Amino acid sequence: MVTLNVNGKTQQVDVAPDTPLLWALRDVLGLTGTKFGCGIALCGACTVHLDGQPTRSCVTPISAAAQRKITTVEGIGADRVGKAVQTAWVEVGVPQCGYCQAGQVMSATALLKQNPKPTDADIDAAMSGNICRCGTYSRIRAAIQRVAGQKGATQ
Amino acid sequence: MSAPHDSMTSAPSDASSDSPLLLANVSRRGFLIGASAFGGLVLAVGFPAALRAADAPKYGRDGMPDGWTDNPLAFVAIGEDGTVTIVCHRSEMGQGVRTGMPMIVADELEADWKRVRIAQAPGDQKRFGNQDTDGSRSTRHFFEPMRRCGAAARTMLETAAATRWNVPVGEVEARNHEVVHRQSGRRLGYGALAKDAAKLPVPPRDTLRLKDPSRFRYIGKGELKLADGPNIVSGKAQYGIDTRLPGMLYAVVARPPVYGGKVAKYDAAEALKVPGVVRVVEIEQSPPPAEFNPLGGVAVVARNTWAAIKGRQALKIEWNDGPNAGYDSTAFKATLEEAARKPGKVVRNDGDVDGAMASAARRVEAEYYIPHLAHATMEPPAATARIVQGKCEAWGCIQSPQAARDRIAKRLGMSADNVKVNVTLLGGGFGRKSKPDFMIEAAVLSKAMSGAPVKVTWTREDDLHNSYYHTVSVEHLEAGLDAGGKPVAWLHRTVAPTIMSTFNPEARNEAPFELGMNAVNVPFAIPNVRVENPEATAHTRIGWFRSVSNIPHAFAVQSFVAELAAAAGRDPKDFLLELIGPARRIDPRTLGDTWNHGEDPEQYPLDTGRMRRVVETAAREAGWGKTLPKGRGQGIAVVYSFVTYVAAVVEVLVNDKGELAIPRVDVAVDCGAQINPDRVRSQLAGACTMGVSLATKEEISFKAGRVEQDNYNAYEIMRTDASPREIRVHLIPGDFNAPLGGVGEPGVPPIAPALCNAIFAATGKRIRRLPIRDQLKA
Ligand code: FES
Ligand code: FES
Repeated sequence: MVTLNVNGKTQQVDVAPDTPLLWALRDVLGLTGTKFGCGIALCGACTVHLDGQPTRSCVTPISAAAQRKITTVEGIGADRVGKAVQTAWVEVGVPQCGYCQAGQVMSATALLKQNPKPTDADIDAAMSGNICRCGTYSRIRAAIQRVAGQKGATQ
Repeated sequence: MSAPHDSMTSAPSDASSDSPLLLANVSRRGFLIGASAFGGLVLAVGFPAALRAADAPKYGRDGMPDGWTDNPLAFVAIGEDGTVTIVCHRSEMGQGVRTGMPMIVADELEADWKRVRIAQAPGDQKRFGNQDTDGSRSTRHFFEPMRRCGAAARTMLETAAATRWNVPVGEVEARNHEVVHRQSGRRLGYGALAKDAAKLPVPPRDTLRLKDPSRFRYIGKGELKLADGPNIVSGKAQYGIDTRLPGMLYAVVARPPVYGGKVAKYDAAEALKVPGVVRVVEIEQSPPPAEFNPLGGVAVVARNTWAAIKGRQALKIEWNDGPNAGYDSTAFKATLEEAARKPGKVVRNDGDVDGAMASAARRVEAEYYIPHLAHATMEPPAATARIVQGKCEAWGCIQSPQAARDRIAKRLGMSADNVKVNVTLLGGGFGRKSKPDFMIEAAVLSKAMSGAPVKVTWTREDDLHNSYYHTVSVEHLEAGLDAGGKPVAWLHRTVAPTIMSTFNPEARNEAPFELGMNAVNVPFAIPNVRVENPEATAHTRIGWFRSVSNIPHAFAVQSFVAELAAAAGRDPKDFLLELIGPARRIDPRTLGDTWNHGEDPEQYPLDTGRMRRVVETAAREAGWGKTLPKGRGQGIAVVYSFVTYVAAVVEVLVNDKGELAIPRVDVAVDCGAQINPDRVRSQLAGACTMGVSLATKEEISFKAGRVEQDNYNAYEIMRTDASPREIRVHLIPGDFNAPLGGVGEPGVPPIAPALCNAIFAATGKRIRRLPIRDQLKA
């Protein structure tokens, strides 16, 4: 039994301690917003925040996530930057199939919280771990810039 | 923004409501058009098959299995609270169909989009018409029927209001979710009229008044946000992999690594020791041809996905690889090349190519290689099924829900009436998810588990190792130029395993639908043209991949045109336009294309005027011919596919180290009128990105019958840092009353040749083998 703090709620999960956080979230806690894409930290679809840091939940065993603050896409809207990112994503019409976008939103939120005015190179560095097979990269870039350009959105 | 759109009604939360599923939520509110008639009337009207002579050629939507319907009772329901529910019967995989299709109905219905909710149809083609979401067909085939659905429902509401007021129906008018009596100014909302309207007969098709396009509220505007956008960014959207049912078990399957292989023996003892593993089940192999059948193998059923994955790792399986154990991509490339250098089946023959070649002032020859590709949808295939009291219900990210339903029924030995297939969102499709093999796996496993709900998840390794791959091909081209550099003879030999091999192991030639993707139907003003198709044998499952054979054919043809321009010392754009020749409308049959993307050749001739226009537009917008610094270059290509015309100008920068960057791409598209221009733009930009990805990085290769790429480290997808910095999409305006073109696929094929033509302009290096990878560094 491992205790997890997810989106401000403390919950017990009764699976093997080496179980990746991704599968505990999805299969045990029913938080299916966090997606499986590769299972080996190559695609970013499973990105969550651990104590605010963007983290690949597919390679993070639950034993390593216990005692830490886990934020998933279901909870990121409670954060001001997270909310601004979600709104920009909808306004710019970023998603196509949308499957990668939970991870993109989590990576972009982490970037903007830490760096409210990212350069193009900053965006490359922060977002290149997130694959989008539909090819929404140019709109993702536009949405990030839109949030960065909004007064008060990221401060 | 208000977000009136619930998640999919066919999601598991509604699973208990059997029929009529689509109306279950709404009917609780009272209501509606077609409530009592639902089911009864649906089949009675709007179905075209009976109207047509059985043997007349059927084109477009008429030619698709189960055709189409424009019956509003199948697609529209109105609650007493005024909520309008519109059914989307096509699968959403990123093309925006769950926004676009209901938007068409809503516009003609004069519905207020804020009060529209969208319901996803289960697989039921008798009720909804064809649901195979592929071939870039949804909008092109259903724009008109959906308009009529909306117009018919609007007419019923107007009639109900006129009756209530006892005035002629000509005096009333539907406007933004209410009906207004012009003289008196009286008005009634749709909710107040729904019950009366439901009692009226559906008006005959020929009495419907469609809106004049100048009065469209949503169509052509591109102002509505994506219906599923808010759910997507908050993690609420439901994909095939997200289905959860009470008591559900989780499975992964070890499938034969070689096509046609099967389990020789296996030992499940260690797997069963993994905590959480419930059972190990063998899935019987279906011998080739694969069709849509599961490949067979050994499934591990567990309490969660991770336990299933670990259980599978602990399985000991010995495979009997079968006849494809020798499939080796390096050797096969040589086999294809050998075939491409000898004459093959002639599939188009104009004039006298040999004579013209012999007397040509100059001959040019080139050979291109395009490898197998995998769709690598971000969401791997995933499906869930359960069997309760002899009825199977399944959920999945499926492009072809009717095929899934029929095949599940066949495999389980049930009637299709006892199988229901619910369509979730698809995390990418690209043709992979038009094959329901993964949905049948879920049904088979549920049966093995006494009907318990089982979700099958494919890992990325499974997806790359056991896909229905894009074919592999060698394209051999020869041309003769006269003394002025004008082409007088054209010979194209295309060699590639056909998709038909997945259904018929004897098939060794490309099918008409493959040849009609820019092998035969090249509309160049060249008097002597011969296209040949030597045989090739498939050693894996070959399937449809976004834009299909257009990828290799157009890569070769459009690269070769630029090679000829270089040989003739001409500007590639001018040379291309000259080759296309003057504006004319060509019957595709005269080019040896009997398929024409399934469309009527009279309605959809190949229009070289439209082709010229996209070339000229892309060139103009890109500033074609501008002076560029060293290491920079522009390339152009144009491709007609899915009855749409797309030209691309790619600008590249190749530095001293041979590193490639793409500052800008200009794409011009003529797909006829754009119903949802914002989604057309996003599809074209996405297709451009995918086109660059497959040209620069992607390759599936086989060794000892097995795919060599395991995951995204070996099967690389382009990431944001390498993607084009700017993609500008230029839309050619179209007529809403003229035939529409496809949008989802035609953006892909021009990208690879335009990119390689740009690389040639920048560096003088000609790429003839994809992917490019580090060829520029050599
Ligand atoms: S699923 Fe975790 S990075 Fe791909
Ligand atoms: S939107 Fe489909 S993978 Fe990114």
